[in-house]
Order: sequence, then C-alpha cells, then structure tokens
Amino acid sequence: MAQNASARLTGRPGWQRLWSDERTRGLIYQLLVVLGLALVVAFIVSNTIANLQRAGLASGFGFLFDQAFFDINQRLIEYSSTSTFGRALIVGMLNTVLVSAMGIVAATAIGFVAGILRLSPNFLLSRMVGAYVEITRNVPLLLQIIFWWVLLSGLPKVRDSLSIGDSVFLSNRGVRLPAPLFEPGFEWVAGAALAGIVAAVFVARWARRRQEISGQRFPVGWAGLALIAGLPVLVYLSAGSPLAWDVPEPTRFNFRGGFNVTPELVALWIALSTYTGAFISEIVRAGILSVSKGQTEAAGALGLRPGQTMRLVVIPQALRVIIPPLTSQYLNLTKNSSLAIAIGYQDLVSIGGTILNQSGQALEVVGIWMVVYLGLSLLTSMFMNWYNRKIALVER
Amino acid sequence: MTVQPFHRSQADMVPERAAPVTTVGVIGWLRTNLFSSWINAAFTLIALYLLWLIVPALIDWAFVNADIAGDNRFACKSSGACWAWVDQRIDQFLYGFYTAEQTWRVDVAVLLLIPALAPLLFEGVPFARQLRWFSLAYPVVASFLLVGGIGLEGVPTDQFGGFMLNLTVGLAGIVLSLPIGILLALGRRSRLPIIRMLCIGFIEIVRGVPLITLLFVSNIILPIFLPPDVTVDSLIRVIVMVTAFASAYMAEVIRGGLQAIPRGQYEAAQALGLRYWQSMGLIVLPQALKISIPGIVNTFIGLFKDTTLVIIIGLFDILGIGNAMVAHPDWQGLSTEAYVFIALFFFVACFSMSRYSIHLEKRLDTERRY
Repeated sequence: MAQNASARLTGRPGWQRLWSDERTRGLIYQLLVVLGLALVVAFIVSNTIANLQRAGLASGFGFLFDQAFFDINQRLIEYSSTSTFGRALIVGMLNTVLVSAMGIVAATAIGFVAGILRLSPNFLLSRMVGAYVEITRNVPLLLQIIFWWVLLSGLPKVRDSLSIGDSVFLSNRGVRLPAPLFEPGFEWVAGAALAGIVAAVFVARWARRRQEISGQRFPVGWAGLALIAGLPVLVYLSAGSPLAWDVPEPTRFNFRGGFNVTPELVALWIALSTYTGAFISEIVRAGILSVSKGQTEAAGALGLRPGQTMRLVVIPQALRVIIPPLTSQYLNLTKNSSLAIAIGYQDLVSIGGTILNQSGQALEVVGIWMVVYLGLSLLTSMFMNWYNRKIALVER
Repeated sequence: MTVQPFHRSQADMVPERAAPVTTVGVIGWLRTNLFSSWINAAFTLIALYLLWLIVPALIDWAFVNADIAGDNRFACKSSGACWAWVDQRIDQFLYGFYTAEQTWRVDVAVLLLIPALAPLLFEGVPFARQLRWFSLAYPVVASFLLVGGIGLEGVPTDQFGGFMLNLTVGLAGIVLSLPIGILLALGRRSRLPIIRMLCIGFIEIVRGVPLITLLFVSNIILPIFLPPDVTVDSLIRVIVMVTAFASAYMAEVIRGGLQAIPRGQYEAAQALGLRYWQSMGLIVLPQALKISIPGIVNTFIGLFKDTTLVIIIGLFDILGIGNAMVAHPDWQGLSTEAYVFIALFFFVACFSMSRYSIHLEKRLDTERRY
C-alpha cells in the first residue's frame, strides 16, 4: 500500500509531489499567512508613521508626566488637577479594581444564594428566583447600569436625605457613611486581628490533622470566630476603645464629615453584582445538579444532617464544576466594569478617554488599556487556577 | 384436626381506599411544594408577602394608574406611568433617524426575516429546500433594502438608529461570528504552529479586553492605521468590532465542543480517506456544534445585548434614543418608563433565543435512551 502510494507519487511531476506532502503543504500555507500578515503590518506601520508625522504627534510615553488639568471625584489615592496623567491613570485603574472587587464579592454571594434557592423544593421561591435570573440575564447590562444610576439620582436632596439610624444617609449625592477615625493605640487592635487570623489558620490545620489521625472533630468554626473576632475586641476594650466615628451631618447643600460613596459607584456596583450574580446562580445550579443523587443519599446513610451533607459532601464536589466558569464570570465582570464610562464613574477607560482627548496619544492610551485589562485577567485566572488545583479531585 | 386453607376469599378483600387528601390534588401539591417543612412554609409566606407588595403595585403603575395620551409630560396627571410619549416617539425608537418615507423598507426587511429564518430554525416548514436558498441570500437582500442602491433611494448609514440599528448590528454579528469562530477554533487546534499561535493570540487578546476598548480602537486607532483619504463607514466599523469580539468567544465555545469529540472520530475520518476539511465538515463539526449549542446561543445573546454599547461611540441605538428622550424637556424624568420599554425589546429577543436553544438541544439529543 505504502509502496503503491509512493510509486504513484514518484510518477508525478515534482511540484505535485511536493504538494501531496502534508508537511510541505503546511509549510507553504504558513509561509503565505506570514507573508500576508507582514504586508498588512508594513502597510499599517507606514500609514501610522505618516499620519502621526502629519498630526505632529510624538509617540512615546512621555506624556504620562505631563500635568492633567481635570479633576477626579472618585479616588482612592491622593490626586488633584495638578497631578500627572500617569497618576490619573493609576487612580482610574484603582477605581476599576475597586468596583470589580466589590462586584465579585457581592455577585458571588448573590449567585450562590440564588443558585441554591432556585433548587429549593418550594415552588414559589424557586420561580421567583427564576424570574430574577431570567430578567437580569436577558436585559443589556448597560441599560441596567443606567437604570440604577437614574434611580439613585432620583433620591431626595441632601436636605431631605433618607437616613438609617442618623448615621448612614442616602441622597442624590450617593451614600454617606460614618468615617472611622483611628486614634493612637488602634495599631494594637489591628495587630490583634492579624494575629487572630494567623492563629485561626493554624488551629484549622491542626484540627484537620487531628481529625485525620483520630477521627475526633474540633469546633473549628467557633474557635476561629473567637480568635478572629474575640481577640481584637478584647484588645480594643483593654486599649480604651481607640476608635471614633466621624458621623456625617446633613447641612443645607452637602454633608459635613463622614465619607461619601458616589451614586455612580453604587449604581455600577448594584448593576454589576445583580447581573453577574444571575449568571453565577446558573453556574452554581448546574454545579449542584452535577453531583449525583447517590452522594446525597450516601451522606444521609452515614448519618450526616442536610446542612452537613451540603457543606461536606455536595458543595466540595460541585465546586470542581463551578470554578472554571466562575472564573470567566469574574473576568467578564471586571471587563464589564468599563461600562462605567456611560454614567461617569471614572474608571480606567473613562480616564483614559479623557487623557486621549487632551493629549491625543491614542495608541499609547489604548495600549495601556489593553495591558492593564490583560494583566488583571491574567492575575484573576492565576488565582482561580491555583484555587482550582487546590480543590481538584485527588485521583489515585 | 382440620387444616384451615391458607387463602382468603375475594369477599374478604379490604376495599381499596382513596389516597389521603393531604397527598393528592391541590392540598397535596401545596403540601409537597409549598409547606413541606416549617422553613419552607416560612419561605412561602415571605415570598407571598413580597409578591403581594410588588405585583399589585407594578400593575397599578404600568396599567391602572397610567396615562397614555398627551403631548408632553405635563399631560400626565395620574400617579402611575406616563406612556404618552410612546405614540410620538415609537418611530424613533424603532427606526432611529431613518428617512420617514422609507421606513417601509425596514419593515419589509424584518418581515423577510420570517421566511429566511423559518427553514433554519424549525422542522417541517413547507418549501424548506427552496427557502434555504433565500436564507443564504437574505443578508444581501436585507442590506440592499436598508442601504438602498439600484432603484432604491440611498439611505446613509448614519441615519440608522433605534432598535433597527440593534437588529442590524446584532444580526450581522451573529451571521459573521459563527463561521469566523469555527475557523478560529479549528486554527487553535491546528497542527501548523504559526496558524495556531496567531489564532491563540487573537482569541486571548480579544477576550482579555472589554468590548468598549475595541470600539474605541475602531473609532480612534483605525484612522491612524489607514491612509488619510480612506474612511470606513462607522456602521461597518462597529459590525467588524462586534463580530471580532463575539467570534473570539465563539471560538472558545466551539473549541470546548471539539475537545469533547473522542479521538476515534478524527481517526475514523482519516481512515476513511477523508481530507482535513471533509473530515471536519462531515464528521467532527456536526457533532461538536451540536454539543456547543447552548454556548453558541449564549454568545449570540451576549452579542445582541452588547449592541447597546454603540451609544458609547456616538451612535443612537434604541438605548441612545431613550436617553435622548429622557433628556428632552417635554419628557424629562420619564426614565423608568423609557428603560422598562427598551428592556422589554431585549427581554423578548434574548429570552426567546434562550428558550429556542433549550428546544433545539432536546430535538438534537440523539443520546437519549428510553
């Protein structure tokens, strides 16, 4: 057979023999692709150089040290209109990270609760959660963000703001919260909290090892709570309560004291977390359904209570199915936070856009966007992959 | 001693009793579904209370107390929704700035969607074979109708707007992103290293950044990349970017399907002497695409929702028209009404897509065993 084929091939002219060889053919295809790509790139580069010269723009990242003449009202680090473009971009990046992190935490909580409730035997409950999921999933996120923002802007003015216990105020300027004032001695409380967390981790490890050896369980939850919450409280009280609250006070036009969470941030946060939460709930539901019923029954036969069954048997197995799609939802949330530009929350894209308009350095700004988002994506996936490996099935 | 016969006569039989009232009928249903335990009963009561709070208020707002007539918002006197704008603005919401005398062309294009889609979506459509040729021709027919040209008055694409713009971008993106996604997925699994690396690079970069940055690229970077006298229509730029974005996601969905096909299928295709494209087209892809249907439809839904992002680069889709109306003095502050109205359009479109995908999954499920 092989001899036959080669005989047939040798009978053909040279180019045909070459073309019939899979490897040569592959090489030729790739060569053509590279050639075409090189032509396109050369075309783009020559155009870009010509266009930039005509516009009199110097490419490069020198503009990052120029003064930015605009304000940013939502910032995590020191910034004013005399700061540089570079600093403005960092402020924007931190804002992106802030709203993404807040959104990821809330969306995960909403998603797990909604996913579990949707599987509830209670007809009414599961249908209501189903309605929430279907409505939020099938309406564009941008519409939801704008909707929440308009709704929050419709809150009463500062003078008639809604208050919760006269310390948290809701108004059309956002949410005003009491600001913590740290007095000397508070560093001990913070230290105690840190020590408590470290100690709790060690206790949990020790308890697991003991259970693996002797089968005896240790109340890790209570011990952890005592260490993480109890220890700082004790230190706090013994240090003479070194923490005061700067409670906001509504005046005629604005608040005095406290710190402000802008309506943009709140709207973006609500919209991102309810939207992504709906997707996560579907993932959680599929994950739980993927654990076979035999597992639940076996856990019941071993005498585990329903709560224990869920926590010790079902969830750990469901997580293996849940984690990979959950990661991509986290990434989607981070990228979707760029819709902030529609309501004026100053995230990386929004500030980048302003800089782009002021300096004209389009290529550089877009490059920074791409690098930052790719970097954030990479970091999130690295963390989630680490977590995934940790909970992966250990096979023989 | 007589032996008692070990059987009972028919007359002795205990008559069959009806199932307890608590397990059948309405009461049984209520017990198993709503009041199976104390916790469940509490949940039911909370849910009922919430429904009682929300549903009547919503109906009141949307229908009972709503105003439907008037020239501006001051005509709306009642406490509920003000729908008076719908009558005046509906054309803008649907057609954007499309020349008023020509909107019939949009209507015709949308109506022609029915014969174009029916043979693809459903079984048992009459003349399916002939209609499939029409489906193939539909994109050309629709673009001719919308843009104009031979015999039809030309409509510049910057007059496209409203829901019609969402539909145009969405449908074009859907039609283009599936084949491109398939090619990218195949390229990512190709044995040719350069092609594989190019596909991986494209997919990962596009998936790593938000769609907005891509739209900015098309708006700001593209003119820098092209010679100064060349301009690309903004609608085409948007369609290209939305398609590029969706096809990267599509490629990953289809790659998942390709990976689920057992190696034996590839090998069997080779053993039969099929060439690469034959074995992919006849053996591998039909199976892989079937597995990927939920993901593919989800990508379509995502793409369709993403068409609203065009407002960020200054096009007026239905959301942009809504924003403009809410800012107009006549209708200022009617944002809830406008956004609910717009949400309905997307909900109907996306929800029916997801229902259809569930239906299709069931229809194509050949693994089912009874």
